[in-house]
Amino acid sequence: MNIIPSEKPSFFQTPWFNTFGRFLALLGVFLFFALMVEGGRFYSLRNLENILRQSAVYATVGLGMTLVIITGGIDLSVGSIIALAVTMVAWTLNLPVPGEEGAFLIHQMPVLLPILAVLAAIGVSAIAGFCNGALIVGLKLVPFIVTLGMMGIVRGVAKGIARERDIYPEADTWITSIMDPVLTSGSRRWMVFPIGVWFLIAGILLTGFLLRYTRMGRHIYAIGSNEETARLCGVPVGRTKIMVYALTGAFCGVAGLMQFSYLGGIGQPTTGIMYELFVIAAVIIGGASLRGGEGTVVGTMIGALIITILYMGGQQMGWPKWVQEMVIGGIIIIAVALDQYRHRRAASA
Amino acid sequence: MTTTANQVPDGEEFRLRMTGVRKFFGATRALDGVDLAVRPGEVMALVGENGAGKSTLMKVLSGAHRRDQGDMFLEGNPYEPRDPLHAREQGIAMIYQELSLAPHLSIMENILLGIEPRRGLLLDRGTMRKIASNALREVGLPDMDPGIEVRRLSPARMQLVEIARAVALDCKVLVLDEPTSSLTGPDIQNLFALVRRLKANGISVVYISHFLEEVKEISDRFTVLRDGKTVGRGITRDTDTHEIITAMVGREVGDLYPRSQHRAGEEILTLKSLTGVEKPEGVDLRLHRGEVLGIAGLVGAGRTELMRMIFGLDPVKGGEVRVAGHPGAASPAKRWRQGVGMVSEDRKAEGLAVGLSIAENLTLPRLRGLGPWRWVRPSRQRAVCKPWIEAMPIKCTSAGQRVGALSGGNQQKVALARLLHADVDVLLLDEPTRGVDVGSKAQIYQLIDDLAKGNPGQGIPPKAVLVISSYLPELMGICDRIAVMCRGRLGAPRDVRDWDEHQLMRVATGAGDEAAADAVPFQTEENQETL
Repeated sequence: MNIIPSEKPSFFQTPWFNTFGRFLALLGVFLFFALMVEGGRFYSLRNLENILRQSAVYATVGLGMTLVIITGGIDLSVGSIIALAVTMVAWTLNLPVPGEEGAFLIHQMPVLLPILAVLAAIGVSAIAGFCNGALIVGLKLVPFIVTLGMMGIVRGVAKGIARERDIYPEADTWITSIMDPVLTSGSRRWMVFPIGVWFLIAGILLTGFLLRYTRMGRHIYAIGSNEETARLCGVPVGRTKIMVYALTGAFCGVAGLMQFSYLGGIGQPTTGIMYELFVIAAVIIGGASLRGGEGTVVGTMIGALIITILYMGGQQMGWPKWVQEMVIGGIIIIAVALDQYRHRRAASA
Repeated sequence: MTTTANQVPDGEEFRLRMTGVRKFFGATRALDGVDLAVRPGEVMALVGENGAGKSTLMKVLSGAHRRDQGDMFLEGNPYEPRDPLHAREQGIAMIYQELSLAPHLSIMENILLGIEPRRGLLLDRGTMRKIASNALREVGLPDMDPGIEVRRLSPARMQLVEIARAVALDCKVLVLDEPTSSLTGPDIQNLFALVRRLKANGISVVYISHFLEEVKEISDRFTVLRDGKTVGRGITRDTDTHEIITAMVGREVGDLYPRSQHRAGEEILTLKSLTGVEKPEGVDLRLHRGEVLGIAGLVGAGRTELMRMIFGLDPVKGGEVRVAGHPGAASPAKRWRQGVGMVSEDRKAEGLAVGLSIAENLTLPRLRGLGPWRWVRPSRQRAVCKPWIEAMPIKCTSAGQRVGALSGGNQQKVALARLLHADVDVLLLDEPTRGVDVGSKAQIYQLIDDLAKGNPGQGIPPKAVLVISSYLPELMGICDRIAVMCRGRLGAPRDVRDWDEHQLMRVATGAGDEAAADAVPFQTEENQETL
């Protein structure tokens, strides 16, 4: 049994320190590569922007995954849903005009079709997420199993839509360039960040607001903390969970748009493999607990940045891929072990 | 006490009235005619052995189960709870033994969970804080910051938060299930004071308890359940405890605490200035075959930590543990081999694998001899449990039944039988009768007495028993010697005849020991001789 030291948290137990500590870790990792990579290339403006661009996909999905993990769940299907979104965008942009050989819709509606493509990607992804939630709640299955199954199903759907080939859309649209660098490009400098990163920032504000200031946010924490109690108190447990998974799907859709841009505007149904693991790692490094009840948006963002910096830093140091993979794996274990140690210290201090 | 007239009198004066409530699970009659009526501003004690139907009754009342027959009225109107939320909205609040709070949320978020006030899309934190503060004031925590996370609170405080949650919802009927099981002295008195205040405000309280002393102290009237039926009710003040027990068990219970002459034999467990990481500190103790040694003290004094150290579960910082003279570091596996077994205070979390069968649980420390080589044959495993199931006795359908399906008393008997199957010489028992009904309690006391006595005729040597209990009459009833632990220090054990409850409480609370101030906190060679 834990001894309760004092009801007032000490400075080291405050959420503020919790985040600050993670921020220090991020700074440490960054400084390490900043010093080690020759010629200051690592902290050049261009590279900083690249770090941001690279982390955006993980971070966007991480927003949804944070909610899922706070409820005590997990979502293994996010990598597949990203691929589905990527495929949906390309497929929509590549729609032929019915009845006319060799004619494409994109030439007839150059403004409307990209918007439809975006809506289709996000909508289909949200539906996939909704299916996750509905199966978990409706069939009373554990999230691990449902999302493991959906990981296969959604990937299959994506490949089916693409007929197991990469889709090369007929025309380039603005979607292809949402992740293009702007700071170093001259003409679009005024945007400060690429459009995709602005999507992410909007997502961060939205999710942070949801968690902190709305009823649903409190319910998400309550479900992860003690689901039975939440049910007893009249929290709509099932509805909240379905919402959380659907929202995660929608975020995957947004991340899919970014991924589509990265891939240079190609609908690749095999993209995003293993992304679920990186995203879960980011959330966990960000301080969430797989047992539920804990986790923050800011933490997850820091987690996503740490993983990206490790990945890119390793690349720029010229580490072979196998070393990079080992380092990232090791960091995940160390981060969670440290966190647990801190928790235990707090409990027995 | 009226044991015959089971008809609850009619009348508008009752806030909650249940008549002839029945609930069947398949062929099992969990409730078979329950009558219960509570007036506004009164404390109704609901007593009965485990398995008598109290928890089923609570579930029917809270809307978690639908009754099959009978009527329920709330303030004269038919009461038909659809689900726990519906019951809550109508003013029926339950405080379960295992607290149902969300540990990661703050006090105010817990108090208002599911009914959070809003302004537009936003949570209205100002109003939340105000409602929570008012509720906290009503339960006697006026200075508590409603923004503190619940997991930082002590169990006693958590319970108050849960009661505050009921108060914030304007509950009319408050059901408390064994509310003192995790509390000690002063916290219990605080709780009683609170119950009296709520009662004065017109709230009806249904108080479920095993502790008849508490029932005597706090309740106005009582209802006794047995085998799913109401078998007695009356006015507490006018009824003798003995009568209530008789109604509960359905037969005359002789002396609850059997005690035969024990003869202390060889020293089998020795602690020398044993010190843990935080608690306990410098504990010296000698335990002999053929004796029952009790450790009294408040929750948090370090008694459980001491027992866990002896058993090799917690690290030893200083001093040593010798089993039958052998020193050395220890792990639970080694202790089992040395003939030491432990029953944990927390049956569900530590003591038993509730999802597994009786046979799996009972044979876990000793799977040898259940088949050729290292095999474990399930049939053999079940067969070796049979004698224990009969001897304890454990009420079950078969040795293959899931432990989680048993009542608390029977679960505890499985935990004890495990020690007997492992054939240990030293039994470490941490709160062995917590959450156990009166009938099983008596059987457990009898078992402890038999073990300490041994059976020389059949070549069974007396065993040594070290028992932790927060329930003083129990310690006084079963122990040969008692030592008191206070803030991590263990006083010298003294013969049970040299203690009384008042004195035990004084030492446990650190108020001092008038009779033998010099004997506390360290044991000396001299008073060891007074055994």
